[in-house]
Amino acid sequence: MRPWPVPVFLLILAALLAACGGPANNPHPAGQAGGRILFSAFESRPKHLDPARSYSENEVVFTGQIYEPPLQYHYLKRPYELEPLTAESMPKVTYHGADGGVLPDNAATEAIAFTTYEIRIKPSIRYQPHPALATDAAGKPRYFPISPRELVDIDDFQDFTATGSRELTAEDYVYQIKRLANPRLNSPIFGLMGEYIVGLREYGKQLEKEAAALPKDAYLDLDRYPLEGARVVDRYTYRIRIRGKYPQFVYWLAMPFFAPVPAEAERFYTQPGMSEKNFTLDWQPVGTGPFYLAVNDPNRQMVLRRNPNYHPDAYPTGGDPGDADEGLLADAGKPLPLLDEAVYVLEKEDIPYWTKFLQGYYDTSGISSDTFDQAIRLGPDGQPDLTPDMGERGIELSTAVRTSLWYVGFNMLDPDIGGTGERARLIRQAVSIALNYEQFISIFLNGRGIPAQGPLPPGIYGYREGEAGINPAVYRWENNRPVRRGLDEAKALLARAGYPNGRDAATGKPLTLYFDTMASGPDAKSRLDWYRKQIGALGVQLIIRDTDYNRFQDKMLKGNAQIFEWGWNADYPDPENFLFLLYGPNRKVEKNGENAANYANPEFDRLFLQMKDMPNGPARQAVIDRMVEIVRHDAPWVFAFYQKSFGLRHGWVKNGKPNLMANNTLKYRRVEPAARHAYQARWNRPVWWPLALMAAALAALVVPATLAYRRHLRATARGA
Amino acid sequence: MLNYVIRRVLYAIPILIGVNLITFALFFVVNTPDDMARIHLGAKHVTPEAIERWKVEHGYDRPLLFNQEAEGTGKLTETLFVNKSLALFALDFGLADDGRDIAREIGTRMWPSLAIALPTFLVGLAVYISFALTLVFFRATYLDLTGVVLSVVLMSISGLFYIIGGQYLLGKLWHLVPVSGYAPGWGMFKFLILPIAVGVVSGLGDSSRFYRTLFLEEIHKDYVRTARAKGLSERVVLFRHVLGNAMIPILTGAVVVIPRLFLGSLIVESFFGIPGLGSYTIEAIQAQDFAIVRSMVFLGSVLYIVGLLLTDLSYTLVDPRVRLE
Repeated sequence: MRPWPVPVFLLILAALLAACGGPANNPHPAGQAGGRILFSAFESRPKHLDPARSYSENEVVFTGQIYEPPLQYHYLKRPYELEPLTAESMPKVTYHGADGGVLPDNAATEAIAFTTYEIRIKPSIRYQPHPALATDAAGKPRYFPISPRELVDIDDFQDFTATGSRELTAEDYVYQIKRLANPRLNSPIFGLMGEYIVGLREYGKQLEKEAAALPKDAYLDLDRYPLEGARVVDRYTYRIRIRGKYPQFVYWLAMPFFAPVPAEAERFYTQPGMSEKNFTLDWQPVGTGPFYLAVNDPNRQMVLRRNPNYHPDAYPTGGDPGDADEGLLADAGKPLPLLDEAVYVLEKEDIPYWTKFLQGYYDTSGISSDTFDQAIRLGPDGQPDLTPDMGERGIELSTAVRTSLWYVGFNMLDPDIGGTGERARLIRQAVSIALNYEQFISIFLNGRGIPAQGPLPPGIYGYREGEAGINPAVYRWENNRPVRRGLDEAKALLARAGYPNGRDAATGKPLTLYFDTMASGPDAKSRLDWYRKQIGALGVQLIIRDTDYNRFQDKMLKGNAQIFEWGWNADYPDPENFLFLLYGPNRKVEKNGENAANYANPEFDRLFLQMKDMPNGPARQAVIDRMVEIVRHDAPWVFAFYQKSFGLRHGWVKNGKPNLMANNTLKYRRVEPAARHAYQARWNRPVWWPLALMAAALAALVVPATLAYRRHLRATARGA
Repeated sequence: MLNYVIRRVLYAIPILIGVNLITFALFFVVNTPDDMARIHLGAKHVTPEAIERWKVEHGYDRPLLFNQEAEGTGKLTETLFVNKSLALFALDFGLADDGRDIAREIGTRMWPSLAIALPTFLVGLAVYISFALTLVFFRATYLDLTGVVLSVVLMSISGLFYIIGGQYLLGKLWHLVPVSGYAPGWGMFKFLILPIAVGVVSGLGDSSRFYRTLFLEEIHKDYVRTARAKGLSERVVLFRHVLGNAMIPILTGAVVVIPRLFLGSLIVESFFGIPGLGSYTIEAIQAQDFAIVRSMVFLGSVLYIVGLLLTDLSYTLVDPRVRLE
């Protein structure tokens, strides 16, 4: 019981922390702040990094920088515009009749049996250094075959000491298209692409048979069978042949699904013993992109490092009006990437993420609802602005309307609120008016949304601004802005439907609606209460039927839900990718499609088929306008809101224009390391006095106790 | 004693089968293989064919417990339960539903969990016992009363508060340690200070009260009086005699915890960004990855059984009167 150990321990602790270099609370290794490194975070570990499988946003953050499809979105231009990436030019599109003959560009859609996309890639593009491409002195693969004995000593992927590279060829793109049909990969777009790419579905069946005859881990040689819809023309040219006309196919060519994969990589990873060490293409990618995955520890951090073999690429020299004023063209023409490294750290909780962002240890951050008030203040017109504290720190705000849509759907197969009958339609329109999404956005989204007027969000061709764009069934145009129709109008609609004041005019029974949701927990409760209250204002009872994800999906598949919440994130910026959500043959029930409301309107369906193949222009706009008009009238959805994304970045991060379609934006980002280093030092000066105070307080407790103890030991039995 | 150990190991087999069966039943009551496929395949463009392919690829295309189409013993063996559970007894955890090797993942993630849990456990045990013995020494004085009140206050505070409070004070306000994170090797030192300190302080209240009660039971016994009569110092009386005799209940609580230290803590790991087994389990539950869930439950059961066995064996070390027959 000596009084010195605790204070001494605290002093040693302080000395050790001080010896760590840089600010004591720096979570990154000392010295990194001075490098051309971007620090960011990810909230959940990616499941797949294989370009044939990866589809989630949190995966594309990585695969988008590693893999290069032939096309990409222009970083700065809006509306979103495709441009060549590894391709020399945009694909050459040729239409063919049923006999295979070439048709003119203006051929009627019905006459087009096939469309060919011919893509020529740039020569001299090379893969990142990778052990699968390593060769020995004789030019043979260094690690294929690899003996089990040699593999024993390789525990980490970095233990493969030899790496190699080779030139990208058209063969690699064709190989990847074949991989989409590989039954072992279960590519999420195989079903969809099977409908378009000629022979892909049959190719998948053939592979399925082949795979069934092989041991589970054996190499499945895709090159043994040709795929009719994807052919190599020469070393740098390949052709994709699709059925009919599908102009939106070109957007898929900007996604990692159509990025090249060298067959050597697949052979390398399929060797015995590889998967047991997590050496798979799903885990250790190999691409031609500006970055390669240098550290893959999704439990802690992922590090993307500059690909030393990256081909010549430059920052765009043109953009939208205003981009130059915002400094977005300061790096015009400079070689890409502008970073050496990007470090992504796993942060599951908002509070530590936000704290580290404010300390300068993360360069970018989103804004959670907990931190919204700390970061943003809304002006009188609802315009978001940074709080003074954020402004003083030099933090910058980027906002963008996401190419997504949230809606409340009505199951059109439901006997009470579904179908084409007038009674049900009036009920749906009354509910559309009653659900006040201006209020919802203010309460639950901190203003981060725009009330939806139809199925197309801003930025998608066909969206109309202003008075021409409002949903007249729910809004009227007053004082130069849309104003939601009043509850009295909603009640009048209900009365017309036979439910005056929410009660059945014949029986007097209250109208009861059912809201099916998988939302649960305290956050969801307030939202669900809001729905109940909004519908309750019509005198209608809303019963919440909450369930888990699986049961909810089951209900939707069987058509047992009545009213439900749903959303859609665009795959590509074309109206077809939103309007197909209401196309009859895409219904969820029986067809398992994306039309969750099971809506079917013959005129809408006919116009959809017409619209999807049309080029953008007045004629297409007219068709879209009519389609939007039909769904506003039929009201299979309550058009809820278009979400706005808010992003924060420190002032030392440059070129931060949000691009919600592009996957490969990291190469355009730039940081100013000196400024970051200085700010981190200023914001994180350690405060040592509390430790000294704690040591003193402990000493103040321990010393009297020790004295008392010694007194006790010295005391005699009589004295005690 | 060897017979006893063998008997306990044999007892473990039906327990583990039972645990496995219950885990299996609970999991598949909530999730069908189709649900699992849907979760893994994502929300978009999922076709019934893709669901079937996923099930075949991951071995979920068999009946759950009874295969009517199979013949003979195949009716029982060619089922999902046997197929997925049998290998566990050879500690072959197989692959997760996302294709990663589970044993390798456990081997990697076990160390960060231990790096937090073991020092927290050891430092905590030393601090709690010392604090409780100090209170016992000053029993019935204002120091004892203050200590008990402090313990009750500490017990009444939520564990989450300690974490957020610790992060706020030490990480955000005083800039002394990183708010969260982890690094392998020596780099982990600065990341461990805060979670260990939070772990020790948050357990101080209830553990100290528990140990204080145990020691108070002992302090009035004859052997303590005898020890004092022999002229032993109070330090020796408390730390050797009282502590020694209170060891059985302490061991009961402590040794059984040791194997479970491997499994990590869900909340601590999540808030401090520690890539341990606690977060592995919770992620698997969220992702409906049955392969990981059953492996972790099985591993937890095995470790718990080992912990109980070690506890029994440790009794013979601290109390010569205990004989394991």
